[in-house]
Amino acid sequence: MFKKLFLYLLIANFFFTNKIFAAESGGMPQLDPEFWISQIFWLVLTFGFLYIVLSKLILPKISANLELRKSQIQENIEAAEKQREGSEAKLKEFDGIILKSKIEAKNIFKDAREKVIKNINSKKEILDKQIDDEIKKAEVEIDTLRQSAPEKINKIAVVTSTEILKKLIGAEVNNSSISAIVDDLVKKNGDKYYGH
Amino acid sequence: MAANPMTQFEVYRIGPEIKVGAFDISFTNASLFMVISSLAILIIFNLGSKKNSILPNKIQLLAELSYSFVSKMISDTAGSKAKPYFSFIFSLFMFVLFCNMFGMIPYTFTVTSHIIVTFILAAFIFIGVTVIGFIKHGFGYLKLFVPSGVPIVLLPLIVVIEIISYLSRPISLSVRLFANMMAGHTMMKVFGGFVVSLGIVGGWLPLSFSVALTGLEILVAFLQAYVFAILTCIYLNDALNLHH
Repeated sequence: MFKKLFLYLLIANFFFTNKIFAAESGGMPQLDPEFWISQIFWLVLTFGFLYIVLSKLILPKISANLELRKSQIQENIEAAEKQREGSEAKLKEFDGIILKSKIEAKNIFKDAREKVIKNINSKKEILDKQIDDEIKKAEVEIDTLRQSAPEKINKIAVVTSTEILKKLIGAEVNNSSISAIVDDLVKKNGDKYYGH
Repeated sequence: MAANPMTQFEVYRIGPEIKVGAFDISFTNASLFMVISSLAILIIFNLGSKKNSILPNKIQLLAELSYSFVSKMISDTAGSKAKPYFSFIFSLFMFVLFCNMFGMIPYTFTVTSHIIVTFILAAFIFIGVTVIGFIKHGFGYLKLFVPSGVPIVLLPLIVVIEIISYLSRPISLSVRLFANMMAGHTMMKVFGGFVVSLGIVGGWLPLSFSVALTGLEILVAFLQAYVFAILTCIYLNDALNLHH
């Protein structure tokens, strides 16, 4: 049923279409010269006006805007570049300062060390000298003690021997003879006793 | 409603008849759309150039993109010597583009679908380019018709062909735009008529065609404006930089 209706409508439509297209009066309106002069006149007027306003007022402004933007961006880039260079130079400067101060610190440290070492050395020398002096003095004392020691020991020996003899024998013995004996002994065995 | 696909191209008077001497310069619907197109261009580009912010707004971006688009087109095809003619080519491109685009709105009139309009534009370009060529190169401009590296035997034939092709430039330029616009709009009208006549049952097919055609015609409207402008640049290039 739908098919039939569709076909019917289609055919009817074609009749209708034919009627419409039959009504046309043919030809292209473009080729009708009635309004040619008017069209030329208005074209020249509107296009001329458009051209003049665009070229004198609007396009220069757009061009200037573009140029301005371009130059501004360029300027900004240049400024940024300059600042970067400046900061780099400053960084280098700071690096130099740090290096310098490092060297200075090293020098100061070295100087201080040298000074301290010198100080220590000089003090050590003084101390060494003092110690040497003390040692020498002590040695001298020891020497003198050592040299005087046999005499004293001999005397002690003489005194003790006389006392012992007195107690044992009950007689006084001549000091001189005892000292002679002691001297003799010392002469014989002195090396053994005093380690000369 | 007129179903004749050609009635959309009819020109009729709006307002009174104005006559200057023997010439009828009445304000017609064609004049109306020329005025509308020009004003639209001027308003858009005026808004687009009013304020200059580093970060452009939409309309400024549009204006600046169009500017650089046309500028690049000219420098690519005609070189840096064509800079003084930038304003003219820009106006031409925008005028043709806007007339084409306004024609795409239903019930409007397409200015560029009239041979007389496109022919006047093309003739002006042709005469202008020829005058520029003769001013720049003197009679040396005639060397344009004598290509280098052609055997002497063929030369007369080539020269004749070159002259004919040169003289047919305004015709080809104007007919190309006019025929494209007229054919496109006629076709859309015909398919629109089919939609009406086939009604709700069979009208869907031509309707879908119509939709597709509208997209195509918008493309053609842009493309023809571009072609018109770029051919002008090429002719200008011949006049400015004589290659032959």
